[in-house]
Amino acid sequence: MIGLSFVLSGMLAAAMPFLLAALGELVAERAGVLNLGIEGMMALGAVTGFVIIFHGFGHATGFLGAGLAGAALSLLFAWLALSLRANQVAAGLAIGIFGQGLSALFGKSYESMTVAGLPKLQLPLLADLPVVGGMFTQDIVVWLGIAATLAIWAVLRMTKLGLIIRAVGENPTAARALGYPVIAVRYCAVMFGGLMAGLAGAYAATVYTPLWADGMIAGRGWIALALVVFGTWMVGRLFFGAILFGAVSLAQLAAQANGVNLNSQLLASLPYIVTIVVLGLISSNKKLLKRNGVASLGVPFDP
Amino acid sequence: MNLAGYRLARRDKASRKLAVVAPVVALLLSIALNFALYMAMGKNPVAVFQAMLIEPVISWPAFSEVLLKMTPLLLIAQGLAAGFRAKVINIGAEGQFILGAIFASAVPVWFPQISGLWVWPLMIVLGGIGGMLWAVVPAIWRVRLNASEILVTLMMSLIAAQLLNFLLVGPWKDPMGFNFPQSVIFPLDATLPLILPGTRVNVALAIALIWSVACWVYLQRSFQGYQLMVGGLAPQAAGYAGYSQSRAVWMSLLIGGLAAGLAGASEVAGPVGQLQRSIASGYGYSAIIVAYLGGLHPVGIVFSSLLIAILYIGGDNAMVSAGLPVAAVRVFQGSLLVCYLAAITLVRYRVIREPKGIRA
Repeated sequence: MIGLSFVLSGMLAAAMPFLLAALGELVAERAGVLNLGIEGMMALGAVTGFVIIFHGFGHATGFLGAGLAGAALSLLFAWLALSLRANQVAAGLAIGIFGQGLSALFGKSYESMTVAGLPKLQLPLLADLPVVGGMFTQDIVVWLGIAATLAIWAVLRMTKLGLIIRAVGENPTAARALGYPVIAVRYCAVMFGGLMAGLAGAYAATVYTPLWADGMIAGRGWIALALVVFGTWMVGRLFFGAILFGAVSLAQLAAQANGVNLNSQLLASLPYIVTIVVLGLISSNKKLLKRNGVASLGVPFDP
Repeated sequence: MNLAGYRLARRDKASRKLAVVAPVVALLLSIALNFALYMAMGKNPVAVFQAMLIEPVISWPAFSEVLLKMTPLLLIAQGLAAGFRAKVINIGAEGQFILGAIFASAVPVWFPQISGLWVWPLMIVLGGIGGMLWAVVPAIWRVRLNASEILVTLMMSLIAAQLLNFLLVGPWKDPMGFNFPQSVIFPLDATLPLILPGTRVNVALAIALIWSVACWVYLQRSFQGYQLMVGGLAPQAAGYAGYSQSRAVWMSLLIGGLAAGLAGASEVAGPVGQLQRSIASGYGYSAIIVAYLGGLHPVGIVFSSLLIAILYIGGDNAMVSAGLPVAAVRVFQGSLLVCYLAAITLVRYRVIREPKGIRA
């Protein structure tokens, strides 16, 4: 089956924008901050990365710039939400709109231009397997993304830093009483989230579909936010959720490859429809949310 | 927070005076920020602001266009603010707007020869229904399935955009339209009557103003509006008093959907005059800014919708006269909300200078 091996080999790359952004948001939410500005941070990261790479500075510099741009925008969000104690929802929306506006402004003269993507690296032997072999032929960012997933899982689960982040998210008052700098930890977690969103945007605009178009993030930042809920704030589940969405967003291409004549607008809506359905399924399980949820998510800390 | 010896202390009572001053401060602050941005872009900031903020209000033809632009923003933002007060965050007005436009367009698309004075009111009503129907899904999802209305309303907007595309390239495409993705041009009776001679301002502005009064009465003067507000401010207290959270969710989303649907209908039946892709131009998202900037208050929102409408028309001016990209307007709008959120901190908090030595 052409379709299956096509989806298997492509889904990891398609999943990366979701995965990277969602991992960052997971860390921020674990520290108790809900950042609704992800879409804008991805858009700003995307245009920053694209412009840098377009002018020939290479992918490494491009991704660095994209990460810094995302982090800078999230710093503004953190200042509003954490220092000025603005409503986190409103602050997130404001920063998101601002970021999308900035990306459109900076990207204006690059509309519809393209850059070269990244070469694929093969894992020896595994890449020669039938059907699934394609899964082991991926660009470097995919491999690094998987490594980052493992690293974030390990840090949150097994290190003191992870414990502090989780404590700050669960009970900031107690964490402060223990001497941890709640606001500083939250600042760092939010900026990590912004950094990851910037990288996710850069991947979307310079590797996955190496082309700039205004609005190209197309809701992927919002799906990343939903993914954190799907994963019930756990890294492993989030990873598989992101892969699922990678596969779903490939459905359009796979259907065309197999000559299936499904309506293209319906196929383009598929990731959004799946998001709504899965969100309903997971959220209705209140026990699961309560057990894994973050106790003081979205609550400003007023020492 | 403890920055350079200053910290924030919660006020016993929010300052009403500052609540009015904050949006003005936010406007001045964003003008200053964007002034720097335009300089960096090599534009003449004075000329840009002249075109953007002054020209739209000093001539009647330009100002009438501002009133036209203000209409959908005012309608949608009033509806959203009711929900935001109840902490029901509907960010999917864009989708509800599109559905309103689609529902209203069904009449002239299916009956291109239709005539009669009842046609446009029917379209407006259908638009309202369309917007509400699109808000039913997030309402059910929130009430029955406990799913975040923020994410569901946004997803519904993205789906609505695809639905609009589908109709325009498929069944609703104008057969005589040279293959452009747009519907037939509506017959005269399927367009809104103009109310100000010599301008494009139509009856929708009157509807939006009546809607604003209705929202003011509902929110400030009715018991249900009070329940909605208490439910947002103190959900537990509202629960003890027997107010139902589910009803607040339903009311908020339906009001928001209705408002956006009305706006969508009045846009296709108003200045646009046919269903086309460009109707989904982000009013639903800008209305979020309008709602917050107006302090979620029906009176404030009249002023904030006027301001954002000026920015739209002024942005078009600046594009022509000063070569400013359209995206700069989005940046200005975004920065306005950012500055506003920073400024309203002072409504709820005082800045206190920390004496030396006892810094935490």
